[in-house]
Amino acid sequence: MISSRSQHLIPASAIFAVSAVVAWLSFTQEPADAFLFPRVISVFFLGLAGWNFTRAALGLARVGDGVPRRVLKNIAPGLSVMLIFVFFLAGGLGFYVGSALAFAAIYTLYDPAPVSDLRAWRKRIVVTVLFMTVIYGLFALLLKVQTPRGFFF
Amino acid sequence: MEFLSYFGGVFEPVALLLLIGGTMGGLILGATPGLSPTMAVALLIPFTFHLSPTQGLILLGAAYTSTVAGGAVTAILLKIPGAPANIATALDGNKMAKQGHGARALHLSFLASGFGGVIGVLILIFLTPILAVWALAFGPSHLFWMAILGVTVIGSLDSKSFVKGLLSGCIGLWLSMIGYDDIQGAQRFIFADALTGGINIIAALIGLFAIPQVLEMIAKGRFAASVEAITVPKQRIMDSFRELTQNIRSLSIGTVVGSIVGLIPGVGGQIAGLVAYDQARKFSPHRDKFGTGHPEGVIAAESANNAMVGPSLVPLLTLSIPGSPTAAVLLGGLLINGIFPGSDLFENHPQVAWTFINSMLVGQILMVIFGIYTAAWAARIARVPTPIMAAAVLVLAVFGSYSVQQSMGDVYVMLALGVGMFFLERFGFSAAPLVLGLILGPIAEANFIQGSMIADAQSGPWQYFLTGTLNLFLVALVVLSVAYSFRSNKARNPATKPSRGVAT
Repeated sequence: MISSRSQHLIPASAIFAVSAVVAWLSFTQEPADAFLFPRVISVFFLGLAGWNFTRAALGLARVGDGVPRRVLKNIAPGLSVMLIFVFFLAGGLGFYVGSALAFAAIYTLYDPAPVSDLRAWRKRIVVTVLFMTVIYGLFALLLKVQTPRGFFF
Repeated sequence: MEFLSYFGGVFEPVALLLLIGGTMGGLILGATPGLSPTMAVALLIPFTFHLSPTQGLILLGAAYTSTVAGGAVTAILLKIPGAPANIATALDGNKMAKQGHGARALHLSFLASGFGGVIGVLILIFLTPILAVWALAFGPSHLFWMAILGVTVIGSLDSKSFVKGLLSGCIGLWLSMIGYDDIQGAQRFIFADALTGGINIIAALIGLFAIPQVLEMIAKGRFAASVEAITVPKQRIMDSFRELTQNIRSLSIGTVVGSIVGLIPGVGGQIAGLVAYDQARKFSPHRDKFGTGHPEGVIAAESANNAMVGPSLVPLLTLSIPGSPTAAVLLGGLLINGIFPGSDLFENHPQVAWTFINSMLVGQILMVIFGIYTAAWAARIARVPTPIMAAAVLVLAVFGSYSVQQSMGDVYVMLALGVGMFFLERFGFSAAPLVLGLILGPIAEANFIQGSMIADAQSGPWQYFLTGTLNLFLVALVVLSVAYSFRSNKARNPATKPSRGVAT
């Protein structure tokens, strides 16, 4: 169980840390002229981040639903598919094959139909092939986008 | 009446095809719960690279107009607003559909949207050139304050928390500075190879608007509740048209409220619909019937949210300040085509500006025709299962961001920003001010540097940036927008007491 206040402290601390790094870099990096505008902005950035951090620490910044454990549990498989797709599959297997696998994986993971249902599998395969055909037609044939070719295409 | 001479451009075959495609596609996307107009426009931007600037803007403008109206279909038939702008429509629209008047509600919604939309675009046509000429008097200091005003207004008005809204704007400004400095060529905040060329605006827009929605869709898990659409019996269009003319009061209230709200940067369609609904109820002799399936509610809400579209582009096209988050995405679309809003747009690219604006006028009429005849079909598409929708948006987002510069670096940036924004939104941060910061950052910096050079040669930066009627007026607007938001934030959350949080 994560308390709401500590949950809100996590983004507040992260943003405060980022703003501090931005301010430090803006005031220490050379040439100074190139960092004139970053310096002005970083002062406001740091000030607002400090204010937000203080409010979060006092339990006053609780706007939004936070990230309940149920949400984390639900998004974890989908998020993993996204990351594997973008960082490994797209380059390793090829953009189109990687996309088809990612599409099918997300569809299967979040489809309410049982995994053992053969008809549901047939539907998943048909929808994936149809969708990827449209994407191929749109990006490869119409827009002539050169996508990375991995083991397949 | 300069705009009349550019009407021909709208009816060129490719332009007309894009207008029809954008309108039909927008209606379907708008009717799809979870796909906001902003995201639809952001996902379409990569497709505009292969078009001329005019054609690209026609496509984006058509999608903007029709996604707002398309959201009414699911609001009426499924009680799920396709976009936040359609929340007020669902209040009476769904009740009408349940009472067997679904077709009547859809007809009234599209006819009212079309009327409001046409008036909104006429305001855009007649107000924009006047403001654009006025914008000629702006020097670097004024343009700097205008850019800052754009960020603070949306940051403070479009967010649940004004501190977090302004902070989102600051994050956007910082992100805009990543990469090589334009004047000195110095490296700034480059922490990874993918950031060497700076953050690509389109990849960022796709990530910030599409990925959080994908994650929101899958956050509901495997067993998301299924929805059932109401069957729509047929209704004669002339009867609906007659009913609309009998409710001219609600139509006028909706149109006036929508037009005024659209002109105020950062306020957006959601507020337009709700304020118009509330005002129409106050002025109606049948105010007790509101919320029970009363046509006046649908007419007021829908005329308002489409009347907002045209005026929301007035501050964008003249002063580079978008009136809504979707207008902010359109600004990105303009800038990547090398077109800068303001007097430059109307002096050097009148063909682009006027053909785009005229296409929005024609688009309103097309939207009414297609909306009425395809509403039932669009509602069927809205029932596409959430996992398919989430997977499709993810793949489109990856392909869209890759195709901008054919670079995997843009895909990494898109995903990182999108995932980060999903978590930030859950803690009350907002994507709109962040996007504004990212888009207006380079404009603010260029004018700040130019202004500083002038100031060095004259009276010093304080005097240059903080004196003069226009400078003081703009600074006052910045302060007022922040103060107003601070006050309304306090009123909304009176004395939020610190307390030990409960488990979430």
